[in-house]
Parts: sequence; structure tokens; C-alpha cells
Amino acid sequence: MTQATYTGVLDLAAGAFLLAAVLVVWRRELRALVRMLAWQGAALATIPLTVGIYQADAALIVVGVVVLLLRAVVLPLLLARAVGTEDHERRESTPLVNTTTSLLITAGLTVLAYAVTRPIIALDPSPATRAVPAAFAVILIAVFVMVSRRRALSQAVGFMMLDNGIAATAFLITSGVPLIVELGASLDVLFAVLVLGLLTGQMRRTFGGTDLDQLRELRD
Amino acid sequence: MSALAVAAAALQVVGVLAGAPLVVGGMRQVRARLEGRAGGGIGQPWRDLRKQLRKQQITPRGTTVVFALAPAVVAGSTLLIAAIVPLIALGSPLESVADLFGVVGLLFLGTVALTLAGIDTGTAFGGMGSSREITIAALVEPTILLAVFALSVPGESANLAAIVSATENHPEQLVSPGSLLAFVALGIVIIAETGRLPVDNPSTHLELTMIHEAMILEYAGPKLALVEWASGMRLTVLLGLVANLFMPWGIAGADPSLLAVLIGLASITAKVVVLAGLLAAGEVFIAKLRLFRVPELLAGSFLLALLAVTASYFLGTPTS
Repeated sequence: MTQATYTGVLDLAAGAFLLAAVLVVWRRELRALVRMLAWQGAALATIPLTVGIYQADAALIVVGVVVLLLRAVVLPLLLARAVGTEDHERRESTPLVNTTTSLLITAGLTVLAYAVTRPIIALDPSPATRAVPAAFAVILIAVFVMVSRRRALSQAVGFMMLDNGIAATAFLITSGVPLIVELGASLDVLFAVLVLGLLTGQMRRTFGGTDLDQLRELRD
Repeated sequence: MSALAVAAAALQVVGVLAGAPLVVGGMRQVRARLEGRAGGGIGQPWRDLRKQLRKQQITPRGTTVVFALAPAVVAGSTLLIAAIVPLIALGSPLESVADLFGVVGLLFLGTVALTLAGIDTGTAFGGMGSSREITIAALVEPTILLAVFALSVPGESANLAAIVSATENHPEQLVSPGSLLAFVALGIVIIAETGRLPVDNPSTHLELTMIHEAMILEYAGPKLALVEWASGMRLTVLLGLVANLFMPWGIAGADPSLLAVLIGLASITAKVVVLAGLLAAGEVFIAKLRLFRVPELLAGSFLLALLAVTASYFLGTPTS
């Protein structure tokens, strides 16, 4: 793999990663959100795979395969099972901030991410670190999704995106965390999603819906 | 600057003038065939234009010079764009001013002229159409500027010919995230700007959701012909511009030979025909977006354009 292809693939992966986050902000259908999350997982896995192949690092390739299986296949499947089958459960209810404004806020967050990561890039300018702003922007966008959405499932998607963003930042800055750390983090996320899925199902059975805004007041 | 370069620029203007109704007719024909209708044939817009140009001039009572001049302004600015942008050859006589910002400015000069004409009629439909058109234009303009800005980063110039030749020399730049995002953003705003589905439906009249048609409702006869011709030309020029920004192969150089000019003409015709056909075929499968969802779509494309700028700036150039 030449330097140019390496840079190109890495840039494309970072771009696709960020684009998936933007589409999560844009779309309202819960199934589409989960699908975007799967795409984002695939883009995330491309980063360690590319770096691993370029540096001929077997451990990094293993990490990439694990990430691909977990974040592009297993987790989206788990989340997709938690999407309700009733009609009113399949779409996000009106978000707290309307879509146009959210998209403009996302634009602002992206610029902010580029601004604050400049010192990090300046430390060690390389193709990988230059893509860090994209990963950092995903972290910020994920936090925004978590605070602006109402359904339990879209907040779970936001949480997953946050984790994807953190993982991508780690891959890009350090060109790979040790295998054991990555496995531990992945296991953590897997359990978190299992618990979230259970919780969502439980909520739907008890209250008939997963709109978190309706759970604010205590009733007897 | 050779005589052939001047001739190529003139050929561009004539080609856009003659070809625009054919492009519109071809798109209608593709739609008709895909929807199972016979269609009016590719030459139908030309026949419509001929019919309308023969009609009597009618000016609605109470309208001013704004209303009378708007069609000429739209058509004139579009023709000027056709002369500026590199469609057939790079070295047009106006190349030094062939700046993307200038092109966007000219584009919106036409939009604003039509909008003012819509208000000038004083009818409910005209004002409604104008207000909608401005709502869309306010989001479209920054998006086009940003997308263009993203494209100008690799070429290090906002000059259209410089961008096109930079892409021609380094085709690998096209698969960078910056230009892919810019392509999508530019595609969406061009659809919005030329009033195609899903933003506006070009084939309906008197619907509460129409935008472009509502503004030009009071025009009749030769003026209507001019407005429709101009909107066809805008579509053709923009399609050609996108085609050459992202697929610059076949365009003649700055100092072309006769053969190169002919190849340029053939290649731009082929590109525009393919793009228009794809656009028309895509329109069959989508419905018009609710008017209140249109700003969402445009804000999305604005965001894509912004991402394109940041991507091509930060990923493309080494930060020192």
C-alpha cells in the first residue's frame, strides 16, 4: 500500500464516518438511524484495518476485524431488535430542536472541532492525525444527538456514536490502543447496549412508549 | 488568445441557446416514457417557444418596468454565464473574470430579477412565489459558494478554468471526501435552484405549493417564452458546469485546435445529455417534498458543503 492510497483511504474513511453522524442528525426514522450507525461502524473499522495493513501490524488488523464485527454487525442488530413494531414507535417524535436548526448546529460543532484540535495536529502532523477533527466532531455531534432527541433508542444511538467517536480519535492519534484495552472497551459497549435494549423493551411494556419526555414527572 | 478560442466561446453561447429547449424536451420525454406515456417529443419546447414568440405582447395593468425587464435580465445574465464558464474550451475571452463568485452572483441576479417581477404584479400568487423563492435562494447561495470554495482549495484558485484544469491534471483528487461532499451539495442546490423535483415540480401549474411557476404566472406571450427559455438555459449551463467541474475530460485547452473544439463540443453534449437523463429518470421515483421540509434539505446540503470545505482544507493541505 503506497503512501498516497493510505492517505486517500484514511481520508475517505474519516469523511464517511463524519457523514454517517450528520445523517443520524438528519434522519428521523429509527430504522434508518440504526442503519447509519452500522455504516459508521464499518467506516470506523476501516481506520485500524488501513493503518494495520499500512504498518504491517497484525494486532491492529485483529482489532479492526473485531471492531467491524461488533460495531457494524452485532450492535446494530441488537439495536434494530429494540425498535418497536408499532407505527408510532418507528419514527422519532418531534425533536427538541427542529431539523434545520440541528443541521446548522452540527455545522457549528464541526467547525468547533476543527478549531480545538489544531494543537493536537500541530504536535505530530501526519495523515492520521490530520483526520482527528472528523472523529472529534463526531463526539460533539453525538453529545448533541443525546441531548436533543426524545426516544430512548435514538439516545442509545447517540451514545453509540459517542463511543465510536472516542474510539476513532484513539485510533487516529495513537495508531491503535493495545488489543486488550480495545477488547475491554468493546465488551463494555456490548453490555451497555444489551442493558439499553432490555431497558427500552421494559419501558415499552410498562408505559406503552419510549418517549423519555413523558417520564419526567412521577405519578402514582 | 486565438480566434478559435473566441469562436469556441461564441459556440458555447449558441449551443446553450439552441440546446436548452432540447435538454428540457429530452428530460420531459424520458419522464414520459418511464411513466408509460407517449410524450410530446424532444422538439416540443421549441414548438412551444415558437408559438409563444408569435403571440401578442400583453402587460398586466399596474405593472412597472421591473416586470417588463425581468425576463431580459434573467436571459441576459444566463447567457453571460454561458459565455464565462468553461464548457467547450478553457481559454474563453472572459477567462480572467471567469470567477466562481462572479458566476454565482450572475445566477442570483437573475433569481432576484424574477422575484421582484413576481412582487411587482401585486397578485397573491406572485408574492407567495417570490417569498418562497427567496427562502430557498437564501439557503442555496451560501451552499453554492461553500461548495465552490471547497473545489477551489485543491486548484488554489477560484478561477473556473484553473479548477477544471487542476482536476484534469490530478483526477485522483476527485475521490477525496472534500470533492465527493461538494458534488452532493452542489447537486442538491442545483436541483433546488432550477426548480426540479423534489423541491419544486416543474410540470404543474396552480398548485398551492408551486414556487417558480407562481412567480411567472402573469407572464404571457414572448415574455413567457423568454422566461422559460432562460430557465432551460440555466439548467443546461449548470449541468454543464457540474459535468466539467467533476468530469473535465474532453474539454479543449486554452489554445485549441479546430478538432479539439469539436471534441469539446461533442463531449459536453454527451455529458449534459447523460446528466439530464439521469436527473429525469431519478425524478420519476421521488415525490415532491413538503414545502416546510425544503429548508431541511437545503440546510443539509449547506452542512455537506461546509464539511467539504473543512475536509478539503484540513485533510488536503499540511497544517504547518
